[in-house]
Order: sequence, then C-alpha cells, then structure tokens
Amino acid sequence: MKRLSHLAIIIVSAALVFTSLVAFHSSPSNAAPVPAPATVMLNGAGATFPYPLYSKWFSDYNKIHSDIQINYQSIGSGGGIRQLLSGTVDFGASDAPMNDEQLGQSKTKILHFPTVLGAVVPTYNVSGVPQELNFTGQILAEIYLGKITKWNDPEISKYNNGVSLPAQDIVVVHRSDGSGTSYVWTDYLSKVSTEWQSKVGKNTSVNWPVGLGGKGNEGVTGLVKETPGAIGYVELIYAVQNKLPYGRVQNAAGAFVKANLAGVTAAAASYATTMPEDFRISITNASGKAAYPIASFTYLLIPKKIEDANKKNIIKGFLAWMLNDGQGAVEALSYARLPKEVIAKELKQISQIQ
Amino acid sequence: MQGLRSGDTFAHVVTLLCAASILLVTVALVHQLYINSTSPIHKFGFRFLTGRTWDPVSGEFGALPFIYGTLVTSALALLVAVPLGVGAAIFLSELAPPRISNAMTFVIELLAAVPSVIYGLLGIFILVPFLRQYGEPFLKRTLGFLPLFQGPMYGVGMLAGGLILAIMVVPFIISLSREILMAVPVEQREAALGLGATKWESTWQVVVPYARIGIMASIFLALGRALGETMAVTMVIGNDPRISASLFAPGYSIAAVIANEFTEATGNLYLQALIELGLVLFALTIVINGLARIVIISTTQKGSGH
Repeated sequence: MKRLSHLAIIIVSAALVFTSLVAFHSSPSNAAPVPAPATVMLNGAGATFPYPLYSKWFSDYNKIHSDIQINYQSIGSGGGIRQLLSGTVDFGASDAPMNDEQLGQSKTKILHFPTVLGAVVPTYNVSGVPQELNFTGQILAEIYLGKITKWNDPEISKYNNGVSLPAQDIVVVHRSDGSGTSYVWTDYLSKVSTEWQSKVGKNTSVNWPVGLGGKGNEGVTGLVKETPGAIGYVELIYAVQNKLPYGRVQNAAGAFVKANLAGVTAAAASYATTMPEDFRISITNASGKAAYPIASFTYLLIPKKIEDANKKNIIKGFLAWMLNDGQGAVEALSYARLPKEVIAKELKQISQIQ
Repeated sequence: MQGLRSGDTFAHVVTLLCAASILLVTVALVHQLYINSTSPIHKFGFRFLTGRTWDPVSGEFGALPFIYGTLVTSALALLVAVPLGVGAAIFLSELAPPRISNAMTFVIELLAAVPSVIYGLLGIFILVPFLRQYGEPFLKRTLGFLPLFQGPMYGVGMLAGGLILAIMVVPFIISLSREILMAVPVEQREAALGLGATKWESTWQVVVPYARIGIMASIFLALGRALGETMAVTMVIGNDPRISASLFAPGYSIAAVIANEFTEATGNLYLQALIELGLVLFALTIVINGLARIVIISTTQKGSGH
C-alpha cells in the first residue's frame, strides 16, 4: 500500500512539473495558429453594439490583406477604454466619447473616429393597441421619471388621436447593465427635460427613478413582451431584427419620425457643420425634418502616436478603407452609414496619426 | 523503518501545503478586494453600508439595497428549500423503496449540475409568467393583509428571486442530507424500533437528530450558493435598487449588480465601489456562517454523529 501511494505521489508531481514546463515554453498569448512570417496582429476591444459589424469588417479586410489580422473583443465600452488606457490593446471602441477625465489619464492623445451610426427606439406592449404610438421627448421623460403612470394619460392621448388607450398602468423597463444604449437614451432625455437633467443625468448606468431592469437588449425585450403595459428602449437594429413594435418620436423640428437608417444618417448630417474637430459630439435631438432624435455615433479610439510603424500603417490603411468601402457593408446589417461630410473630415484626421 | 518515517513526513508536508494553499488563496482574495476599494472606503467609510442611493452619475454609492436584496432572497430560498429538501431526503433515505430512491437520487444529482443560466431561463419563461398570472394574485387574495404581499404584481421581483434560488439549492440539500441520513448506524434505528417506536417516530426522533450536524452542513452549502448566485437572480429579480416591504416588489442583490455593471463601469470610484460590494458580500457570508455555527454549537446535544 505504501509503495503504491509513494508511486502515486511521484506520478502526480511529475505530471504537474511536466505540464508547467510545457506551459512556460508554449507560444505567446495571442491565440493565432503559427502565422506566416509577415502576418501582423492587431488587438482591439470595446463596445458590444458595433461588434457584428466590426466582425464583418475585420474579416473582409483580412480577405483583402491576408497578412493582416485584426482581433476584436466586445467587452463593453468601459472595458475598451480601460484596456486602451492601460496599453494592453492597440485600439479601443466606445459608444460614448471619452470624457475629459479619461482623456487626461492617457499618456498619448487619443483620436476619436466615428465608424457608424445607431439609434434607440421605444418599444411597448399596450393591451389592445397594435398601432404605432407617437411619443414626444417630454412624454418619454415624464414616463421614465414616474410622473406619467397610465397609458390613457391626457398627455399621451393628445398626440395619439384615434387610438383608444386603456387605463393601464405603465410599467417602465430600462437596462440593468451599463450600456451605450442607456447612454444615448439618457442623453436624449437630458436634452428634452431639464428635470431629468438635474435629477438623473446621463451615463451608461444611472439611478433610474422607477422601473424594472433587464439585462441586455434581450432582457428589456423579454420584460416588455411579457409584461402588459410595459415600455422599454432597445437598439434599432435589435428591434428590426426581432420584429418588435416601436413608436414614433417627435424630433426637434416637430415631426414624428419612425426610426429608420435614412433618418439616423440625417441626424448626423445636421450636426456636420457644427462638428467639433475631435468628433466628440452628441447627436441626439438633431434638427432637420427627417432627422431621428435618438441617434448616436459609435467610435474607434486610436492613439495619436503609434510606435510600431507597421501597425501604424495598417491602422491608417484600415481607417481609410472603413470610411470608403467599409461603409457599403453597413446597411445590410441594419447600421446607418456616416454622412459624407463627416467621412471627409475623418479622412483628414487620419493624417494626424504619427 | 527509516522509509516509513520519511514517507510520513512527506505526506504530512504535502497535505499541509494543500490546506495552506486554500488559506493563502482566501487571504489573497480578501487582500485584493481591500486594496482595490480604497477610493469608496476613503470617501464613505461605514456610510457605504447604510447608504440607500446608488447613483453613478453623482458618485453617490450605498450598499444597503443590495445587502437587503441578498438577505431577503437567500432567507426566502432557505425557508422554502429546507423543509422541502430535508423532507425529500428523509423520504429517499428512510421511506422509499431502494429502486425508487436510487433513481430519484440520480436525477436530483443531475439537477445540482445544471448551470445557473439555465435556471435563469426557467425563471424567465416559466416561473415569472406563472407568478404574474396566478401565484401573486393568489397570494394577494389570501394573504394580502400582510405588507409582504401588497403592491403591483410584475412577476419579476424578490419573490421570484427567492423561489428560483430555492429551486437551485434544493438538490444540494437533498443529496447531502440523504447521504448523511443513510450513514446513521442501523443500531440506532433498531434500538428505537425495539423500544416500540413507530417507523415515523424512529425516523423523526432518533435518526434525524443523530444526523443533525450533517444536515446543517448541507444547509450551509445551500446558503453559500444562494448568497453568491448571480445569473439566475439577475434575470428574475427586477434589478431595481430599492428597499420595499413587499415581496412582489423588484429588488437587487450584490452579485447581480456586480455582474451587471462591472464591465461598463467608468471612473475609478464607480469601479472600486463595485469591488467594495464584493468585499461586503464576502464579509456577509462570513458573518452569516459564523452566526449559524454559533447557533448549532449552542444547541448540539450529545449522541449526534460525526
């Protein structure tokens, strides 16, 4: 018995030593199979919203340039910014632009490159109402503040003539996880309601006055679908792909617009002349009759100074491709393209990368 | 002779290292949690534990709603799971024919291995609609005079959270308690029966008290899982950091808020507040386990096994 247990201990120890030696000698952290000598790998991380599109772009780009492989991890905008600031990735991605505090933490200057546009829509589940409802910014803010509590409130009926709204309690649904979608929604509510601005504010995660929290677009959709009288907000793409009913929102020009890709691009175009140099702008509540008011850019975050000349050229090449050919692929995936004025300005910004 | 002694020493050292490594991991964990929550500890101190607002925009963070949610859902879970689990274990070990007992035990142990996300889906698609349409209205009609069962009925809420946790921890209680009960010496049962006790009297008054410590251990395990459970809870609890008397109201637990907000937390204070919540959960688990052990030690009778 003692012999056997000795033997067992020796075998286990040997196995442990062997596997740890193998682990130390194995290939470095990137998971790529042994690449051809000239292949360059770029690593990025960040927002989940544009992930399906970035996936397609990076794979298309790899087909054109087989020696370039760009790897993207959708860990969330906050995570992307953190990884970029700590230097573990070559580029980041975020739905909301970096604020001054975050930019101050970076060793090098960070450039923002808007890649594509997204929108957020209000989806609802009102008993006996299959039609599209009209919402104003004020109504949405008051619902989310808990001040409008029933669907047949005179404020809502005023803008929805001909729809018989039931005396049903409104169940508010919001995102429980931090998200760029919440940022855009609260940014819009902050602009249309001073009470929201002072009481709650805008962020990827806020102190919601009322409502249930669902995790992800799926969580919000699940809660809205299952709960009679519920209202929630989801990404336009998500609503389209899952055939969810969503309402029209009144824009700054007074028109009720149902979110579509053209309206989203129009929203960005209306800010083209007032666009700041660094592209850090909020495009919610845009002017213009066709503009959809709850829209936003999503950004790639590129360091201004890149040490590795090879990587620098690849990034510049990719950005140029993304702004020209890449934009052609976005609408098939239900993202809205950048307006040409913004593209022109971004092409100029590429030359700032050194 | 020499060989025997060196073998002993070697075994002694190796097993000591194994035990020490667990302790080392725990100490390292607490240390990391502590040094990564210096910002909110400095800003709030003990106010963190009593604060009721969780506001990332203004930088005001308080843990009380999450502590409340964690405690309420876990307490509800144990309240439902312990009678159910111990009862089932008694049936399976004492009263069921061996074939049925073995078959059901196999199924129950499979349930213990189901991932928590699956339970979350079970919660969303089956439990929550059931509670919203039948369960909560029924409770409101019959027990609606209690503040526990008042208010709007969404389906999601602390009741759903507690029940889904109960479903998740019952397999642990059943399988462990059953093993413990089956390990009670036959002589104990025979002695009771020999003195004229009925089957039930022998089971309830002799066998179960003998197995008390083991059953308590299974309840601790269940409690540990309930306190830390993340995915299933966040899918059914409503995710609203509010303290309400009613079980129908939505709530939030510590594990759920960390899982939801950690990846997108921007800003040092926010991130560290979430880490401090992790430290709070750790402390909560220690306190509850400690209290429970004190209760057991003070009520342990002679003649209980192990």
